[in-house]
Amino acid sequence: MSSLWLPILMAVPVLGAIVVALLPKGSTTLAKQVTLLVSLVVLALTLVMAFQFPNAAGERFKFEATYDWIPSFGVHFGVGVDGIALVLIALSAVLVPIVVLASWHDADGVKAADGTVVAPKRSVKTYFSLLLVLEAMMIGVFAATDVFLFYVFFEAMLIPMYFMIGSYGGAQRSYAAVKFLLYSLFGGLLMLVAVIGLYVVAGQGTFMFPELVGAIQDPATQKWLFAGFFIAFAIKAPLWPVHTWLPDAAAQAPAGAAVLLVGVLDKVGTFGMLRFCLELFPDAAKAFTTPIIVLAVISIIYGAIVAIGQTDMKRLIAYTSISHFGFIVMGVFAMSQVAQAGAALYMVNHGFATGALFLAAGFLIARRGSPHIADYGGVQKVTPVLAGFFLVAGLAGLSLPGLSSFVSEFMVMIGTYSSEAFGSGALAAAAIVSALAVILAAVYILWMVQRALNGPTAEPVKAFKDLNAREVWVLAPLVALIIGFGFFPKPLLDVINPAVTSTLVNVQVHNPGVAEKGAGQ
Amino acid sequence: MNPTIEFPTIEYATLAPLLLVFGAAILGVLVEAFAPRYLRKSFQVPLTLLSLIGAFALVIVQVVRGDLPTGPVAMGALAIDGPTLFIWGVILVLSAVCVLLINDEGHFVASAASVPGSADEEGAERAGHEHTEVYPLALFAVGGMLMFPAANDLLTMFVGLEVMSLPLYLLCGLARRRRLLSQEASMKYFLLGAFSSAFFLYGAAMVYGYAGTVSFAGISQAMAQGALLDPLLLLGFSLLGVGLLFKIGAAPFQAWKPDVYQGAPTPITALMASGTLVAAVGALLRVFWVGLGNLDWNWRPVLWVVAALTMMVGAVIAITQTDIKRMLAYSSIAHAGFLLVGVLATYDTGAGNAVSLQAILFYLLVYGVATVGAFAIVTLVRDPGGEANHLSRWAGLGKRAPILSGVFAFFLLAFAGIPLTSGFFGKYALFTAAIGSGQEAGDSLGAWMTGLVVVGVIASAIAAFFYVRVIVLMFFNEPAADGPAIAVPSTGTVTVITLSLLVTVGVGVFPEPVLQLANTAASSLFIR
Repeated sequence: MSSLWLPILMAVPVLGAIVVALLPKGSTTLAKQVTLLVSLVVLALTLVMAFQFPNAAGERFKFEATYDWIPSFGVHFGVGVDGIALVLIALSAVLVPIVVLASWHDADGVKAADGTVVAPKRSVKTYFSLLLVLEAMMIGVFAATDVFLFYVFFEAMLIPMYFMIGSYGGAQRSYAAVKFLLYSLFGGLLMLVAVIGLYVVAGQGTFMFPELVGAIQDPATQKWLFAGFFIAFAIKAPLWPVHTWLPDAAAQAPAGAAVLLVGVLDKVGTFGMLRFCLELFPDAAKAFTTPIIVLAVISIIYGAIVAIGQTDMKRLIAYTSISHFGFIVMGVFAMSQVAQAGAALYMVNHGFATGALFLAAGFLIARRGSPHIADYGGVQKVTPVLAGFFLVAGLAGLSLPGLSSFVSEFMVMIGTYSSEAFGSGALAAAAIVSALAVILAAVYILWMVQRALNGPTAEPVKAFKDLNAREVWVLAPLVALIIGFGFFPKPLLDVINPAVTSTLVNVQVHNPGVAEKGAGQ
Repeated sequence: MNPTIEFPTIEYATLAPLLLVFGAAILGVLVEAFAPRYLRKSFQVPLTLLSLIGAFALVIVQVVRGDLPTGPVAMGALAIDGPTLFIWGVILVLSAVCVLLINDEGHFVASAASVPGSADEEGAERAGHEHTEVYPLALFAVGGMLMFPAANDLLTMFVGLEVMSLPLYLLCGLARRRRLLSQEASMKYFLLGAFSSAFFLYGAAMVYGYAGTVSFAGISQAMAQGALLDPLLLLGFSLLGVGLLFKIGAAPFQAWKPDVYQGAPTPITALMASGTLVAAVGALLRVFWVGLGNLDWNWRPVLWVVAALTMMVGAVIAITQTDIKRMLAYSSIAHAGFLLVGVLATYDTGAGNAVSLQAILFYLLVYGVATVGAFAIVTLVRDPGGEANHLSRWAGLGKRAPILSGVFAFFLLAFAGIPLTSGFFGKYALFTAAIGSGQEAGDSLGAWMTGLVVVGVIASAIAAFFYVRVIVLMFFNEPAADGPAIAVPSTGTVTVITLSLLVTVGVGVFPEPVLQLANTAASSLFIR
């Protein structure tokens, strides 16, 4: 029995992209309106689907649909979602309309403070149709239940993002775009070798994920294939030491594209680790846990320390994300129910929090034409609404209790600390060290807030106008979600937990958390 | 002795495509000799196109009828089997498309014999002269391309090689602009090509000395019975390898490719980059798989090194290129390397070999089509002095001609092997075949095959850099004030580009029909 939900969810943005691309020349406002409408339709469909999720048919994957695509290669167009994929699709669907609103003028060109043109005016239609194509691919990559299909989306989604950064970004845009593409492509190609290896060694003649789970038994083969997948995901996530493309790409991308890049595209990396690295190669995952946890802790601390030293707001936010991705990776590989659920929840919450912060910073930058923190000061007195949103988003970034990121960060740390997966103190030690990052987070966020928003009002800042209605509509939903899920994360966790449980069953980790849950239900 | 001479049997129906192309070429020569100058073009163009299309139709008829000969035809000279028919179809389509490009104005010199820049040349240009010999020459080259991979013995293969190469040497020197460069390219190609032909011939002689026959089946049989480490055989097959690897432009025999691709008139470059490559890979397969199949534990390690070297040399040197045609030449070298990965992917079983062969055939088709499309676009970007081939001239082209640049970018992404383009599936199929062959129990290369695929993906990543660089230039840079003009494309060129784009997109999304076709062609394997 196949459900049409997911194919429709992907077809709508693609059709929207075609419509936008075919609009007559010069109809820029219409292009924006159509894009917004399409993205809202996708959001509405996603929400309806999400509410049906608990009752939908299917064991682990629901809304499944599988069609033969390339029988010669054993490739299917196979889609279906578990809880983790569902919340990430919902995250994408929420972020896209917000990004559309936020990017209303992104294609109009960027001018520096002194009036020199940083980025010339570009085609509005192209930008928005790329955005819609990207949305379809984001949904597809999380929904794919066929490893090959996942790979196709994983690689293909680089192209629209590449053009969004390269054509519409800041002064260093083409450097940043090329760096982004080459890093990701290199990782992707290594993954291609592993994908082929998986197919050949498994010898199942199919790429369907459920049939490949447990297909590779030989430990040495598992390790090689795991490495191929993991390197690609680590570059995508990004994990230290392959993170250097992110600050460049995020700083040069227009704010809206940066939100999708950091908020959704990078999550494909951590999602892939959880879904593919752990479940397809459980023994290798366990064997490599220690070095990966070490890399994650380094990312957490390194990202936080380097963020403190940044003078450019967008780069600063990018480095905070590297720190946060460290937490997510640590949670994934801690192999306990709480830590993995925390990591999955973190993927969503980080999308909201960092998205809000990027967008608030973007609005600030749009008013001054400079990303440097030193060019601001006393913004709070001139534009209290903007400053307020910025502050809340910042506090979410440092995981203040009561805001959504806190719940997930806490779960990751507790889950890692108490994980008995390896019966050693190593994970506890990792959790303790990573807790230091909480203090560092307070430093980088509050210091930026202090320098940019407080203090004497800088001369150019005096002319700032506060947020207009469009901009409020961009930030308000995100802040509402941040506060809402901060106090009441249960709906998300209810969806995520069963998926994490089945992941852990496939990994075959002895996990007391699962037994308790099972007994309680 | 025996007084009676056996009358040769020729299977005319089976050979019809080949005979049609050669017949039309000879007719073309007669047209040159007897038709008045002003009428020649209106004879030549339809004659050339119709013969190519007709030959393609004859191939289709054979495919549909499906009763392929089970043994070699024409007294054992040619083997018309599934792979041959597929390769013929591909070559005929690609060359017909290239003829549409050749047909465009302004690619060929008005009077090849006059000194560049002389009054003679100017006069010929003013009088509107053109060398309509180009058409029969191209037809002879195509005929050679058809014969080369279909040959069933080394001598026929040599004849095919020469019939294919000689007209190409000449065509390379006929560019209208930058004639000295073109003539230099022609000279280089001729000298190096003559060397490689000599290597091939030496190799054939030595293998004959070993096996006592030049037919591939005979050689294979001799090896099944005789010693495998005979110096005559080893030397012979290395020399044969040199000759063939030269034709596909594998390292270290790749030096001619950039110079020749750059100097030759772009339609001819397109013909060489697509048709010649397809033909040469077909011939390579026949020699190594059919003739030397029993020796594969011996030549595969050598070819491993050549393939790795070719991919890396092509990808790395392309980065430093500043001329679009040279860049595409190095890209073609890298792709020859990818194809060699497929040639290496031999199995112990026929079914396994069919998988590799399917991958190679599929790759040849998609790469050839994208190449022709890319070169067709190169012909359209022009300066007053001819094509604007310097990369710096392409800056900001995305703003001047968004559709054209978009299509070109798409071809580049296909070369880079990005998913949802045909190139991705080509690469995927080849790499899968290679890893699978290494996984076979007792394979002589084993994990080295996976290593070669890793080299391949690293080369792909490097190659992606220079493809992307062109996209950056076209889309992210500002156009120069006196940028090149985009010529209004003729109907022929539009057809070429549209066709290439449709295939590249279509196969990129739904590769299954073409894969099935390649599979059908490959499953019968080569006639032995």
